[in-house]
Amino acid sequence: MPVMNIIEAVNSALHIAMEKDPTTVVFGEDVGYFGGVFRATVGLQEKFGEARCFDTPICEQGIIGFALGCALNGLNPIPEIQFADYMFPAYDQLHNEVAKSRYRSGGHYPCAMTIRTPYGGGIHGGHYHSQSPEAQYLHTPGIKVVMPSDPYEAKGLLLASIRTPDPIIFFEPKRIYRASKAEVPEEDYEIPLGVAKVVREGRDLTLVGWGAQHQQNMSAAEAAAKEGIDIEVIDLRTLNPVDIETVSASVQKTGKCVVAQEAPKTMGFAAEISALIMERCFLYLEAPVHRCTGFDTPFSNAHEHDYMPDMKRVLHSIRQTAKY
Amino acid sequence: MQFEKIQYLDYEGNLSKDFKREISKEDLIKMYKTMHLTRRIDERCITLQRQGVINFVIGSRGEEGCAVASAAALTNDDWLFFQYREQAAILWRGLSTQEYMDHMLLNENDPSLGRQMSNHYGKRELNSVTVSSTLATQIPNAAGAAYAMKVRNEPNVSLCYLAEGSASEGDFHAGVHMGAVRRVPCIFFCRNNKYAISTSTENQYRGDGIVPRSIGYGIQGFRVDGNDVFAVYDVVAKAKEICLSGEGPVLIEAMTYRVGAHSTADDPTRYRKEGEAEEWDPKDPIQRLRLYLDKKRWWNDKKDKEFLEAMYEEVEDAIKVARNTPKPGIDKMFQDVYHDVPWNLQEQYEFLQKFNEEEGH
Repeated sequence: MPVMNIIEAVNSALHIAMEKDPTTVVFGEDVGYFGGVFRATVGLQEKFGEARCFDTPICEQGIIGFALGCALNGLNPIPEIQFADYMFPAYDQLHNEVAKSRYRSGGHYPCAMTIRTPYGGGIHGGHYHSQSPEAQYLHTPGIKVVMPSDPYEAKGLLLASIRTPDPIIFFEPKRIYRASKAEVPEEDYEIPLGVAKVVREGRDLTLVGWGAQHQQNMSAAEAAAKEGIDIEVIDLRTLNPVDIETVSASVQKTGKCVVAQEAPKTMGFAAEISALIMERCFLYLEAPVHRCTGFDTPFSNAHEHDYMPDMKRVLHSIRQTAKY
Repeated sequence: MQFEKIQYLDYEGNLSKDFKREISKEDLIKMYKTMHLTRRIDERCITLQRQGVINFVIGSRGEEGCAVASAAALTNDDWLFFQYREQAAILWRGLSTQEYMDHMLLNENDPSLGRQMSNHYGKRELNSVTVSSTLATQIPNAAGAAYAMKVRNEPNVSLCYLAEGSASEGDFHAGVHMGAVRRVPCIFFCRNNKYAISTSTENQYRGDGIVPRSIGYGIQGFRVDGNDVFAVYDVVAKAKEICLSGEGPVLIEAMTYRVGAHSTADDPTRYRKEGEAEEWDPKDPIQRLRLYLDKKRWWNDKKDKEFLEAMYEEVEDAIKVARNTPKPGIDKMFQDVYHDVPWNLQEQYEFLQKFNEEEGH
């Protein structure tokens, strides 16, 4: 089985999707001739033609609004927003149009698309190339949110997303685009949405994360093991719909839970996970659900190292919660 | 720079010899009837709103010509994206009076299942995309739908209604610009009705209206008398030809006037000069077409009386049926958020059912 990084896995998924479904179209800023600033769309225009893979003007609200129209009329669009930080001009199209098209039309006009966008810090990108804005979109009924954590996950989840008849924002962990490598089948496969993965089994504490954060969580779990704390690590994969069954089964077993996210603490998705655990596992809990997160500040470039909930901070949270 | 206004029908109902297209007698009479039906429905809905039966109504008085003639110049395989004041277009396409009233009353037969405000019509079978209240968002959507037609080599266009106020939104630029760059077969049809709620055109734009912007986008643009159904028909038909030749999109600015209020939540006497709306009476699209039809001896007072009586009755019957049709069930609140109902919505639906049963809510 070939070893791929996340970019190669995404590229492989896009090639398969376009090959198998002639209604699939890929577009966005620099995605066509150049193949994307991160190279995720390399070879698509050459192989499938300019009509199916094209560069757009720099106009995010146009990209998403255009994609909606394509989706209403029989195409399966996969627009790219070059950085998740730049999705906000399209926020109205996403929140008011894409998310509500099926609903407001009484099911007459469903709107399925997969919006790919790189997110997250750790690349010295400052405020505007580092954010994790997933919570903004999790508060919008009608949109699904998927965040893969490694190349195998990225390919399988992306193919499943593209074939799901709903609008999906697919947040790609750009910090580990190339650093994360895994064996990835060349052929077509899907990882179902809405199913979390218990990546590491453990007895003492449940550690929940998603996207690039999951890799920090795995390192922290290995470090904790050396200190005699046995961690169960869950990669959520899909944030909406979230697989709360897997999380609560684990927390009911371990009695303790740390949720780690890169995004700011207040109103982040970790808060929602925490609330869901309270509703479902209250009598099993032996410690408060702990959130290990970014801070409630804009993403400061010089302080990136301190902002990110890296392995050491997650380990600190684990120790605090374990000894509670 | 100034764009000239295309007009073929004068205020006395005389058609200029410069009008070269064929519109059948049947189609002209259907346009006349559809405009009248629209006006009657609007009037009755506004009254029902005053009586507390309907929450909200957007009338289209004075602008029926823009909607009906633009729809008449296309086929039902072409797509319509509405702003919200184009009910004459979907009625032209075949939405029944009953379906329209079911929507206005938001009952269980409303195509949008009571989920939106009234006046947010749409129907897949009529290629008429459901209205959303958000202004101008439909513009990039229409461009995208047209792109799908283009890649499949279909001989069709999408027509996107907007108005001079919504043309100030960023989505106007986004949609027209994206459409122009991709050369999509899309007609952007702007009703310049002089008011965006209370804001007059002086405070909406500085240049010569909307259509000169077509030059900046590298596309063709036309200005037309929006109350002249012949001129609107001609320009839309021409725009479709341009689109199908690969030279789309096209921007049209139809000059008209919002005779009524913006909506039932608005009172234009607070911001318009007395007598201003009445100045538009002679330009009224229904009256002008009626004068033409009379001159051709295709219509007369007797036919008009018969038509109006039957049509009024049809509207009253539809209102009666719509009022007696139940509201959509609460299950409809939880469906169509996604293709399938996820666990959290299922859980919330079950809670609400139980709550309503136990508490008699």
